Amino acid sequence: MATSTTKAPAGEEPPAGPSPAGGPGTARRRSALLHRLDVKGAPFAFVAPFFIVFAAFSFYPLVYTSWISLHDVELATLDVMEWVAFDNYVELWGDSRFWNALVNTITIGVISTVPQLLMALGLAHLLNYRMRASLFFRVASLVPYATSVAAAALVFTMIFERDFGMINWALGGLGIDPVNWEADKWPAQLAISTIVIWRWTGYNALLYLAAMQAIPADRYEAASLDGASRWKQFTHVTVPGIRSTIVFTIVLSTIGATQLFGEPLIFGQGPNGITGGADNQYQTLGLLLYEEGWKNYQMGRSATVAWAMFMLLVLAFVAQRLIKRLRSRTS
Amino acid sequence: MTIHSLPARTDAPARTPDEKPARRGGRRLLRERAGRQHHAGPLAYVLLVIMAVLSIFPLYWTMVAASTDNTRVSQTPPPFLPGPNLFSNLARAWDEAAMGKAMINSLIVAGVIALSTVMFATLAGFAFAKLRFKGRNVLLMLVIGTMMVPPQLGVVPLFMMMSELGWSQQLPAVIFPTLVSAVGVFFMRQYLSEALPDELVEAGRVDGAHSLRIFWSIVLPVARPAMAVLFMITFVHAWNDFFWPFVVLDMTNPTVPVALTQLSAGYVRDQSLIMAGALLGTLPLLAMFIVFGRQIVSGIMAGAVKG
Repeated sequence: MATSTTKAPAGEEPPAGPSPAGGPGTARRRSALLHRLDVKGAPFAFVAPFFIVFAAFSFYPLVYTSWISLHDVELATLDVMEWVAFDNYVELWGDSRFWNALVNTITIGVISTVPQLLMALGLAHLLNYRMRASLFFRVASLVPYATSVAAAALVFTMIFERDFGMINWALGGLGIDPVNWEADKWPAQLAISTIVIWRWTGYNALLYLAAMQAIPADRYEAASLDGASRWKQFTHVTVPGIRSTIVFTIVLSTIGATQLFGEPLIFGQGPNGITGGADNQYQTLGLLLYEEGWKNYQMGRSATVAWAMFMLLVLAFVAQRLIKRLRSRTS
Repeated sequence: MTIHSLPARTDAPARTPDEKPARRGGRRLLRERAGRQHHAGPLAYVLLVIMAVLSIFPLYWTMVAASTDNTRVSQTPPPFLPGPNLFSNLARAWDEAAMGKAMINSLIVAGVIALSTVMFATLAGFAFAKLRFKGRNVLLMLVIGTMMVPPQLGVVPLFMMMSELGWSQQLPAVIFPTLVSAVGVFFMRQYLSEALPDELVEAGRVDGAHSLRIFWSIVLPVARPAMAVLFMITFVHAWNDFFWPFVVLDMTNPTVPVALTQLSAGYVRDQSLIMAGALLGTLPLLAMFIVFGRQIVSGIMAGAVKG
């Protein structure tokens, strides 16, 4: 690492031990200097690796994305960049596939995030009871988190299969006609959201559980002295008590939702994967980004989609802020 | 995605029973017991069992499908009990579907990433928790801020960078960008600020030990439990990471999730082979969760924002 060289004298100083009491003055001064250098420099050397790797592989690419989005770059000739100013943005704005992907990202995001977090809240509440086998239930709810997007999406693809899938079989038992989970827009988005919900509900529940356990008990006691029912206690003590955790999970799920890629890709089963279904009925921005860059070979346009995703994220947080402010004003 | 748990600024003292009971007094303790944590009633158990079944069933069914043959998988009603072909299907996935190579690749990738994340996170976490230096708080805020940057946004330049370095389709292209994690740094910082007494560090200084030596012989032994948890959580994430490996690797040299996409991409779908591959790719992590479930659960909960 670049900065560690400057600290080398401090870092590689031989184990000093107590310096010999009667040592010559110069040696003492030297070791005092080394000590100062160590105390001042070592902390920076310790945190440097994180910042160097982040700068090189995250920050620089993020910034450079905007530069590339102003160029035409082909996948086959990555070193040839032709300046086109804002052409990519103008084209994207006029491209119906972009708006389709944007809307899909938002709808799948809502369908997958809202039930997920509500169910996580309920599950956390259940896990917070005193009970037998509590460790089993906690580990069990974390099992989906140990499953990769790829494996999960493959299984759910089969469970949602039109002809022999378990869901349609069960629906048939209830007298409902088979649903074409892949080809129809809303069923497809619902199925994809199910994969997301399955993978992340338990994880979020554990985050909520940790926060619930940190709520001081006297708040519950005060509430129950006031005659608050269990439900009232939940809505008036538990939920406010874990507010920052809820905000945190909303932020993370929102980021995750704008980036959604693996679930729709694999759900589309190969040929239809990247386009998000034959009619792009579940193509997300993540898939569009990949399609532009690695299927149509237009890296500049791909970078433009990346920027659009970033803007979506920023807008989502601005909207969240606004809603919060409006709500606090009305209440 | 590497952003997953943000360790809390735990101002509240840990709620351990052995913690200074004298100061709290019996009444307070009693109240705590009474106030929170009702016993679970039958309804709660029923709901929890349903949740557990929903969580586990897809994986159980993966195993069922991986143990039958294609004709049986494609029948209605679908099979619910394991068939006889589990091991032959697993062997087929290992050989035919490049799952063998993918497993080894994933082991390398996840192992290296987890090791380096733990090492760098412990170093930086120690510095943020216990060392005084200029700009410490600003840098720490910066670390937290980096958690909010979705890695997918920089994928085009990153891809160009890798092809320039000659790392396209090579494992280093997957390993290098994830050598560190902000979550890890923050996690270790939270742990060490509480678990490592200032006096220990001071004592080391008085003995004339330099910072690296203090780190090695004083910090590491204290940090070990948290390092183990961070290792496992990072390993899970690296093993399952999908988008970037999918972009930069190809089928000649895949990680497990990349190989799995290829399994399903063919026009003729070999369902039980696909499920065998999915099962194979999940088994190492499942084994880890079964053995170390308690530690992983407590690690994730310790890393939660509380309040």
